[in-house]
Amino acid sequence: MTTDLTRSTAAELADLLTRREVSAREVTQAHLDRTRAVDGPVHAYLHVDEEGALAAAADIDARRAGGEELHALAGVPIAVKDVVVTKGLPTTAGSRILQGWVPPYDATLVTRLRAAGMPILGKTNMDEFAMGSSTEHSAYGPTRNPWDLGRIPGGSGGGSAAAIASFQAPLAIGTDTGGSIRQPAAVTGTVGTKPTYGGVSRYGLIAMASSLDQAGPCTRTVLDAALLHEVIGGHDVMDSTSLTAPVPAVVAAARRAEVTGLRIGIVRELTGEGFQPGVQARFEEAVAHLVDAGAEVVEVSCPSFTSALAAYYLVMPSEVSSNLAKFDAMRYGLRVWPEGVADASAEQVMAATRDAGFGDEVKRRIILGTYALSSGYYDAYYGSAQKVRTLIARDFAAAFEVADVLVSPTSPTTAFAFGEKMSDPLSMYMQDIATIPANLAGVPGMSVPSGLADEDGLPVGFQILAPAMADERLYAVGAALEARLTAAWGGPLLARAQDLTAQSIAPTEALS
Amino acid sequence: MTTTAHDAVLGWEATVTAYEPVMGLEVHVELGTATKMFCGCPTTFGAQPNSQVCPVCLGLPGALPVVNEVAVESAIRIGLALNCEIAPWCRFARKNYFYPDMPKNFQTSQYDEPIAFNGHLDVDLEDGSAYRVEIERAHMEEDTGKSLHVGGATGRIHGATHSLVDYNRAGIPLIEIVTKPMTGAGERAPEIARAYVATLRDLLLGLGVSDVKMEQGSMRCDVNLSLMPRGSAEFGTRSETKNVNSLRSVERAVRFEMTRHAAILSAGGSVVQETRHWHEDTGMTTAGRVKSDAEDYRYFPEPDLVPLAPPAEVVAALRASLPEPPVARRKRLQDAWGYSDLELRDVVNAGLLDLIEQTVAAGASPAAARKWWSGEIARRANAEGTDVASYAGQLGVTPAHVAELEALVTSSRLNDSMARQAWEGVLDGEGSPTAVADARGLQLVADTGALAAAVEKVIAANPEVAEKIRDGKVQAVGALIGQVMKEMRGQADAAAARELILSLLGQA
Ligand SMILES: [Zn+2]
Repeated sequence: MTTDLTRSTAAELADLLTRREVSAREVTQAHLDRTRAVDGPVHAYLHVDEEGALAAAADIDARRAGGEELHALAGVPIAVKDVVVTKGLPTTAGSRILQGWVPPYDATLVTRLRAAGMPILGKTNMDEFAMGSSTEHSAYGPTRNPWDLGRIPGGSGGGSAAAIASFQAPLAIGTDTGGSIRQPAAVTGTVGTKPTYGGVSRYGLIAMASSLDQAGPCTRTVLDAALLHEVIGGHDVMDSTSLTAPVPAVVAAARRAEVTGLRIGIVRELTGEGFQPGVQARFEEAVAHLVDAGAEVVEVSCPSFTSALAAYYLVMPSEVSSNLAKFDAMRYGLRVWPEGVADASAEQVMAATRDAGFGDEVKRRIILGTYALSSGYYDAYYGSAQKVRTLIARDFAAAFEVADVLVSPTSPTTAFAFGEKMSDPLSMYMQDIATIPANLAGVPGMSVPSGLADEDGLPVGFQILAPAMADERLYAVGAALEARLTAAWGGPLLARAQDLTAQSIAPTEALS
Repeated sequence: MTTTAHDAVLGWEATVTAYEPVMGLEVHVELGTATKMFCGCPTTFGAQPNSQVCPVCLGLPGALPVVNEVAVESAIRIGLALNCEIAPWCRFARKNYFYPDMPKNFQTSQYDEPIAFNGHLDVDLEDGSAYRVEIERAHMEEDTGKSLHVGGATGRIHGATHSLVDYNRAGIPLIEIVTKPMTGAGERAPEIARAYVATLRDLLLGLGVSDVKMEQGSMRCDVNLSLMPRGSAEFGTRSETKNVNSLRSVERAVRFEMTRHAAILSAGGSVVQETRHWHEDTGMTTAGRVKSDAEDYRYFPEPDLVPLAPPAEVVAALRASLPEPPVARRKRLQDAWGYSDLELRDVVNAGLLDLIEQTVAAGASPAAARKWWSGEIARRANAEGTDVASYAGQLGVTPAHVAELEALVTSSRLNDSMARQAWEGVLDGEGSPTAVADARGLQLVADTGALAAAVEKVIAANPEVAEKIRDGKVQAVGALIGQVMKEMRGQADAAAARELILSLLGQA
C-alpha cells in the first residue's frame, strides 16, 4: 500500500475503510489537501465543499464505529460534475446564467451517493451546459489536462476526468450526451462509462439533450467504474425514461475480466482514416491483447455511422433549444436588465439575460435547434435526423448479431492544445465522431486507457460498445484489457503522468 | 394593435340573411385529479400562492415529468364519452414559446398524436331538434401559472407597475377538446354553441372527471368564428375569442362576433386574424394579439416522457364503466316515467333527475316523486338561494323519505292534505314521514262504524242531494263526500266514503 491515499483506487480505499485501517475523514482530507496543492493550475473544480465533505466523512466514521452495516463504498469521496444538481451546493452547469444558484433538491444519483455514504468533494468544471469537447466553453475558465497543462482535458466533462487523473478524487460523476464521459477519459488516461440510456436516472441532471444524456462513472480503473455504476444505476420513478431492469452485473464482470470466446467487432467506419497514427497504433495493439486473451475478432460495417455526426447536430440542438428555454431570469439564476430601457418588460429582461448569460457555443446550438424545429424545416432536419437514428440503431443491431461488443478508438486524436479548435466548431465536433453513435442508439460505451501515442506521448483511449442493457460486457472487456496493458506497462498508465506538485505552474488566469 | 372601444356591428337579421357562420369551439377542462399532470403537487383551488409547487412544476433545472396515470385515464374516458377513437399509441409533445407564467417556456401538450380523436357529441336544441357536433380531438396538456398584474387600473398587463406569478396552477392537468368547424348552423349558431358547452359540461360532470366550474376557470371556452357569404363554401378569416367563461357568454360572444364580422364584410372590409377578448359587462369583444398563420410553436415529441400505449383491455374496461350519457339517460327516463317534454325540462333544470330516479327506485311512482320534489321543498330551497339537492342534503331529507310518504298515501293511512302536513313536518326536521304522522296524529279513519254513522247523518241532512243520486246523478256525490270529510274533521278516507254513500243510495 502506498502512503499517499490519493493514489489508491476506490476499491482499495473501500477495503482500507472496511478494515478500519483508515478513516473516511483521513481519506477525504487527503483528497482535499491534494486539491489545495494542485487544483490551482488544473482547475478541475468549480466549487469545493471541504466542510460538507468532511462532515459526511465524520458521519460515516461515527456510524462505522457504532457498528452500523455500511455500503461497500461508504467513506470513499467523490467529485460530481456541475451539471448534476446538489442540494445546498452551488450548481452552474458551467454557465454564467446559473451563477449563484443553489438547488433546493438533489439529483437522484446524488441521493444515491449520499445514501451510500460517499462524501461529495465538490463540483467539477465543464463546458457550458455540457456543450463542448475541451472545457474551453466553461464560463469559469478551462480545466487543464494533468498530462500537459497546455492541453485540453477533453469535454464536456474535463473537470471530472482531470480531477481523477490528478488524484484529487478517486471517483467522479460525468455525463455523456455525445462523448462527454468517454472522450475526456481517453485524453486524460482514465476510465469512463456511458451506461445504457435509462440505466442511470436523469432526474436532477440539467438537461442538454434529453434523449441522449446519460450520467456515468469517471474513474482510474475498470473495477472502480463498475462499483460506482452499481451505486448510481437502477430504476427511478422520477425519470420516466429510466429502465426498470436491474443494474447489469457490472462488478462481477469487472472482477472476472474474462473475454475467452467473446467476439470483438471492429467497426470499419470508426478506424483508420482521420485517426491520429498513434491513436490507431494503440488501438491495434489493444485488439491484439484481447485476441491474446482469447477473444475473436470480426470486422463489421455500420454504414450509417457516417451520418451520425450530422444527425446528432440536429437532434441535440433541437432538444437544447427547448431545454434551455427555462433559463429566463424569472425564477432563478442570473437576471440582467436591458441597458437603456426605462420600463423593461419581462420579455426584454429574458432577452437581455439570455444574451448576457449564455456563451457563444450555447447560443450557436440554441439557434441551430430553433431553426431545425421550425415549421417548414422540421421534416427535413429533425425528422430526417430521427430517421438516421433509426438506421444507426439498425446498424448496431446487425453488428451485434455477429459481435458481442464493438470496439474503436474513443477519440480520433490525443489532447489538443488550448485554442486550437475554438475558431473551428466543426473540427471540435469531430472529436466525438466515434462516441456519438452510442448516444444516438442508446447503447452503452466505455473508454479505457490503451497507452500513449508515440508522436506526442499523450494518452489514447480504447472504446468498447455493447448492446443496450448488456453493460456488463464493457466491464469484462475493459477489465481484461486493463489487466494485460497494466502488466505490459509495469503499472497504471497514470503513473507516467507528470508530477504536478513538482512543478511551479501558474494558475489558470481570468477565472470569474 | 389598437381598436376602437365599439366595433361596428350589423343587425342580426341582416347578418344571418347574408352570411353563414363557420364556428369552432376549443374547451379547456381542468381535471379534478388530486395531483398535477407531471408531479405529485396537490391541485386544491385557492391555496396560498406558490404553496403547491415543486422542482418539476416550477421547471427547475434537472427536474423531469412523470405522467399522472389518473389524468390519462380521465382523458381516455372523456374521449370515449365523446365517441372518439382512442389512440393505441401516442406521445406528448412540447409546444415551445416564451411566457413568464410558463415555468419551462414550453408547454407539455400533445400535437399530432392526441390520445382521442374523431368523435361527436349530439346536442338538443330548444325546438326539439338535435345537432351533431363533430369532435376533432381531445388531448392532454398542462396548465400554466397565473400572472397577477399589480399597479394598473384594470388588472391587465397594460399600465401595471409589476407582475406577480402564482405557479400553483402550473402543471394542473388539462384536457383540450376541439370541435371540427361547424357549418350549416346559420342563425342557430349561438344556441348551438351554448348547447354544446352545456351538454359537454353535463357530460364531464357525469364522468366525475372535473368540477367544470366555468366561473372558477376549471372549464374555459375559446370561440373561433368566421363568416362566409351564403352559398359560398370557402371559409372566411377567423377570430379567436378567448376565455368565454359562462354559458350565456358563449351564446352572446358567438352572436356578437357574427354581427361584427358581418359589419366588416358587408362594408367591403376584411376581417383581421386575431385573438379577441370577451367582455362580460358590455357583451362585446375587443382586439387582442394579431395571429399569423406562421405562428410557430416548434412542436416536437417530448423526449422526457415515454410514449403512451393504453392497452386495448384497459380502454375496453373504461368504456364498459362509462356512465350513461346524459342525453340518452334523459330520453330513457322520460320514456320510463311518462313525463311530458315540459315536465322533463323542468325536472332537469331544477336538477331533480337523480333524486327522482332514486325515489322511484325506492318505490314511489314517477308522478308522485316529481310532485313531492318540485313542491314545498323546491319553494323553500329557492327561498334559501340554493338548489333542491343540496338543500335536501343539508336537511337530511332523502328519496327514501319521499317514498315512505307516498306509501302512507297509497296504503290509505294519509290522504293528500294529511301527507302535505307530514311532509312539512319532515322538512321542519321533525323526523321521518311516519314519525311526523304519528306525532301529529295524522291518520285516516278506517273505522267503518264511525264512517257509516257520519254518512248516514249527512244523507239524512241532505235529502235533495240524496234524491238526485238515487235518480242516477252520481256526480252529485262529491257534495256529500265533502260533508262527510267535514263531519270527520278531515280524517275520512274519501274513496271509502264515496263507496259507502253510493251503496246506501242504490248506485253501487
Ligand atoms: Zn409540482
